[in-house]
Amino acid sequence: MIDSLLDITLLTLLVIQAFAIIYLRNLFVVIMMFGAFSLISAGLFVVMDAVDVAFTEAAVGAGISTVLMLATVALTYSRSEDMQEKLPAHKPWLPLAVVIITGGMLIYGTADIPAFGDPNAPAQQHVAPYYLEKSLPETGVPNVVTAVLASYRGFDTLGEVTVIFTAGIAVMLLIGGRRRQNKSQSGDDDEA
Amino acid sequence: MKHNLILRVVSKFLIPLIFLFALYVQFHGDFGPGGGFQAGVIFSAGIILYAIVFGTETAKQIIPPFVLRILASLGVLLYAGTGVASLLLGGEYLNYSVLGANQVAGQHLGILVIELGVGITVMSVMLIIFFAFAERGRPES
Repeated sequence: MIDSLLDITLLTLLVIQAFAIIYLRNLFVVIMMFGAFSLISAGLFVVMDAVDVAFTEAAVGAGISTVLMLATVALTYSRSEDMQEKLPAHKPWLPLAVVIITGGMLIYGTADIPAFGDPNAPAQQHVAPYYLEKSLPETGVPNVVTAVLASYRGFDTLGEVTVIFTAGIAVMLLIGGRRRQNKSQSGDDDEA
Repeated sequence: MKHNLILRVVSKFLIPLIFLFALYVQFHGDFGPGGGFQAGVIFSAGIILYAIVFGTETAKQIIPPFVLRILASLGVLLYAGTGVASLLLGGEYLNYSVLGANQVAGQHLGILVIELGVGITVMSVMLIIFFAFAERGRPES
């Protein structure tokens, strides 16, 4: 009862925010709305008992990515008055039709999905029972999520860490270091 | 934002708590929600808060860029090195069971070490990205 009440409240807030993000034109406000959107999604994950996912969503979605988007906006707009998103030149009908058709198909697809937490769902039948039964005696780690991520799926996590590392290197290569001052633009161009 | 007294005082009070919480999430990830990834992000968030309030130059005095680069690679090395260590001790790659006296002790040690590697890499990469973005706008002095 309390769960479905929370679900309805949080999902309603998400819908309101999604519309606000579409209609707002000030990019600073939009980024703040994105952060709040992530935080409310994290709340939804907590209601679904996925605390580890909620934790990541709150830390990365609401925290780091908000800061990075703000930094990007600060880079691309020199004055804060300019932070207005321009209205698109095209008409919204084609994107709207694509979104409505895709959304309709997704909603149609949910009809076949097993109910939330259904013990007979394929996802609960495959390796999940093994992890739930064996992870504590085999690894001694009470948090099954940590046991799966770090031990059973250690290769995946190693790959993820490598991806993060690569992302850091890529950012350093692309925009690391300070921008050179263009004292003599023509001269610099000739050297390059 | 150096001149905002309230921001300065509140962030000085909050930043140690953020670090403490990050360490808790890091080393308590086996028992509660969290782990290396979340801990790394929270730790870097503390330093980013410091950098936003007191300026990136001051933040760089605490943790210079070359240290960040070393730490970013150190984390991946720690993770992959754990795999090599288990390989040398006679197990499969990333099979931590051989690291300790028995299977449970080995698994526990392995998970702790690789989570630490994940945390170190995530923390330093987040800061590298943040500093790259924050310093891009400023011309070379």
